[in-house]
Amino acid sequence: MARSITAFGSISRRRLLTTVSAGAALAASTFRINLVQAEEATIKIGFPVPLTGPYGTEAQDQVRAAQLAIAEFNDGGGLNGRKAELLVRDDKLNPGEAATRTLELVEKDKVNFVVGSLSAAVQLAINNVTKERGVIFNSISQSDAINEAADFSKYTFHEALNPHMTAGAVGRYAFPKFGKKVAFLTADYAYGHEMVRGFLDVGKTFGIENLGDIRHPLGTTDYSTLLPRIQSLKPDILCISNFGRDQQIALKQATDFGVKKTTQIIAPLLSHASRVAAGPQAFEGVIGGCSFYWGLEEKFASTKAFNDAFRKMYDGKLPSDYGALGYGGVRTVLAAVKNAGSTDTDRVIAALEALKYDFYKGPQYYRQCDHQSVQSVLVIKSKSKDLRNESDVFEIIGADEPSEANLRSCEELGHKA
Amino acid sequence: MDGLSFDLIALQLFAGLALGAIYVLFAIGLSLIFGMLTVVNFAHGAFYMVGAYVGVYILMLGGNFWICLIAVPLAVGLIGLVVERFLIRPLYGRGMDYPLLLTFGLSYVMVELVRIAFGKTGIPFDTPDILQGAVDIGVGYFPLYRLFVIGAAAVVLLALWLFLERTSFGLIIRAGARDPQIVRVLGVNVAQVWLIVFGIGTAIAGLAGLLAAPLQGVIPEMGGTILAEAFVVTVVGGMGSIGGAVLAGLLVGVVVSMTSLFAPEMGKVSIFALMAIVLIVRPQGFFGRAGLMS
Amino acid sequence: MQSSVNEMTQPLQRPQATPVSWFAFATTHRASIAGLAVLAFPLVMPFTALAANILIYGLYALGFNLVYGYLGLLSFGHAALFGTGAYLCGIAIVHFGLPWYVAIVLGICGGLVMAAAIGALAIRTRGIYFAMVTMALSQCVYYLFYEAVGWTGGENGLRGINVREIDLFGLKLDFINPLIRYYVIAAFVIAAFFVLSRILASPFGAVIEAVRENEARARASGYDVTATRLITFILSGGFCGLAGALQALHWSIVPIEILHYDTSGIVVMIALLGGMGTFFGPMIGAAVFLLLENIVSLWTEHWQLVVGAIFMICVLFFPAGIWGTLIRRAKHD
Repeated sequence: MARSITAFGSISRRRLLTTVSAGAALAASTFRINLVQAEEATIKIGFPVPLTGPYGTEAQDQVRAAQLAIAEFNDGGGLNGRKAELLVRDDKLNPGEAATRTLELVEKDKVNFVVGSLSAAVQLAINNVTKERGVIFNSISQSDAINEAADFSKYTFHEALNPHMTAGAVGRYAFPKFGKKVAFLTADYAYGHEMVRGFLDVGKTFGIENLGDIRHPLGTTDYSTLLPRIQSLKPDILCISNFGRDQQIALKQATDFGVKKTTQIIAPLLSHASRVAAGPQAFEGVIGGCSFYWGLEEKFASTKAFNDAFRKMYDGKLPSDYGALGYGGVRTVLAAVKNAGSTDTDRVIAALEALKYDFYKGPQYYRQCDHQSVQSVLVIKSKSKDLRNESDVFEIIGADEPSEANLRSCEELGHKA
Repeated sequence: MDGLSFDLIALQLFAGLALGAIYVLFAIGLSLIFGMLTVVNFAHGAFYMVGAYVGVYILMLGGNFWICLIAVPLAVGLIGLVVERFLIRPLYGRGMDYPLLLTFGLSYVMVELVRIAFGKTGIPFDTPDILQGAVDIGVGYFPLYRLFVIGAAAVVLLALWLFLERTSFGLIIRAGARDPQIVRVLGVNVAQVWLIVFGIGTAIAGLAGLLAAPLQGVIPEMGGTILAEAFVVTVVGGMGSIGGAVLAGLLVGVVVSMTSLFAPEMGKVSIFALMAIVLIVRPQGFFGRAGLMS
Repeated sequence: MQSSVNEMTQPLQRPQATPVSWFAFATTHRASIAGLAVLAFPLVMPFTALAANILIYGLYALGFNLVYGYLGLLSFGHAALFGTGAYLCGIAIVHFGLPWYVAIVLGICGGLVMAAAIGALAIRTRGIYFAMVTMALSQCVYYLFYEAVGWTGGENGLRGINVREIDLFGLKLDFINPLIRYYVIAAFVIAAFFVLSRILASPFGAVIEAVRENEARARASGYDVTATRLITFILSGGFCGLAGALQALHWSIVPIEILHYDTSGIVVMIALLGGMGTFFGPMIGAAVFLLLENIVSLWTEHWQLVVGAIFMICVLFFPAGIWGTLIRRAKHD
């Protein structure tokens, strides 16, 4: 080899060197994370979120807020000087891609923890990979299934709300106020079904009359064929249990069909990004739940501190609901690391189970049996007037205080006492 | 199944027709292009989406919906001309697969370019003020804008029909769809005809996207769903048959609305089941010519 | 493309000029070379899970290529074959607790049976209609699995395909270990390479091509064209079913997206990129496609722009695909 270089002269040697160094740079970039770990033993948190696809905006907000939690941890001295690092991966909203990315994070990058996801299917895929490999996963999107014994493991934590809590809070607020005759328009998949189950569960206490549950396929772009049917049922309340674009279109078309004139529309979950995308007209007067709204800063010092830090880091922008979850999901794990004084999985699990925290939305803790974060659920109403800033789109009109009574019981979920 | 009445079924039928009108507009372009160029345009959904975004852009510049109705088809048609001239034309004579695959790749590119220009999140698109609200159509209240969509589709169809039946250029197109070789032998510049047909087809797709925007809002992925459904429409109607596309578009709209009345969760599979049945019984569709594809 | 196919199935005349010899060598030892490449592959990939995905998608594309490249029928419904294999393998493990090898066999059978069902309905249609019918039928399969929530998990996907250990005649292999998992998958893929190689070299392989090249002549020569098509389609289903089963084991989940028509579209892209109707093309296409997607999506979230543009360039300027173009170059030298 050395001989051939001299034989070819200086130019090709230079070229060879360039090639070699380019190759080395490539190799270094591939193995960068491993090297860093060897030198400083950084605490690594894998963060798979759907940067591409329809929820890219929410995902970006999740990343921003998670970076804030990392920065705060590092500024606070880390774990005895050990810094934390966020390894963001694009799961493309596809469970298969999420499984691949999680395998990469666990097997190649050797992350200590995984936090992330923005859909039920994706979080269940990530969870299946992490629990088999004994890695802690803190999920920051909604699902009922992840609490259930079949999917749960001691490595599984759920910082986000679940559909049961969300629907329960909205139902408890709306059913006594707007009437007993309730119709449902539901996206035909687990998330939609779980929401309806939650509504019906709480509805029993208020004696509501179920006029019918009309299901539409996921990704429906036209509700004109369903809405006349619903109107003919003459409901007091219409629960629209779908998400994202489905929700935006359903609300827009329900407005066009004049459903709102006679019926109060409620939705279990109103997301900030959906409201912004669909505009004030479609969401006008709609009541729903959410896990976080920046306006909570009038009530909690922790929210104020979180908002201010976020504003400072991102040019005055305010965090969204999903952003807050990214922050909460990472911050709880890092707080547990600090309390445990180690990144050892079992000790961090014990610390997470013992954690009583108020990081961004008032008091929270993880329930023992299913690691569901017991927390408040906000009931909000979309507003179209007197907007103070571009993020001022909702008004908080009620809240479920944190209580295990609002969760499905451990036995119901299949956990042995 | 209570609450089922004659009025409800009639109203549902009407909703199906309005839905069908969008399918028809989308599918005639697809069918026109296929019938003439034998190009299966996988980017048709992307043109539809671009139509909606051009509308958004015109509104941002201060234009109104009526300006959009004229400007959007022109702008999208122009993009169509460029695409045909520089991307699809080199592929003629290489078989049907290549233009199909090229437009498949093109749709990725167009969607991503729109994401870069307008962002990944959807953009609200309000129904024009004058068309808001619902009117009594005898069997119940029906949104005015949807009636407008039915009307607009009818106008476009009429114009297209007049163009194809009453102009000499239309005559060439019809002849070309039947036998391009003879037309070429007769000394017609077929390449130019194909260029214009592709332009017209994409222009109508853009218009369909604009008309759909106030119904659904605007999002980069909006062309994906309708593309799969429109394939069903064109295949059921007979690939390349405009009359077939109209009939099948309305039929699919009505089938969807009726399934959503009786079994809402089957709304989507019903379309594909319909297609599978039609193809097995009559492989060339309602008005398709057997043997065209062999 | 046609010429390359001929190279694959007819006994090679060893060419005189030396530049072609690498190609002749590659052709005669195609299965062994592919096997070696597959073994060394994880060492050069960014991470092992991606290498395993590439193998699986390569196998899926190999099965697809049998229908598209060798038979000349463009199918837009191959996701149904791939997905059925994955689901049957997963269901066997999750709901029946069957051992992993039985699950894989069931996955292959699932692919075969689904291909027989779709093939029986679609095989008489031609050209673009074949693409459309297969797409429509595979959409029906999608909704079938989607609605069978009890078995498939519906939209949430099927979870819990957890195989921790593979027992090989008393030898216990740790299936959680990424490299071991890769090599187990690789063993199946290499076996599939050999099987396909034998099929293509057999008299039946020649009939397949005769049907593609000239249907009328094949019929006149006494071959049953429809039966040949159907059998090839079913064989393709077997390969895709195996790929699906391996995917289920690799991910330990089956997402419903596996049946989406995007999954059918991707395999067309992969086959075209690599070179349809060539033996190595699908595997090379899968490697380039997935690697490209992986690398590009690391530095820009607009990876679809780059991937779409590269695909268009391929269609316009390299219709024979990467491997197909290489073969052509080799011959023209």
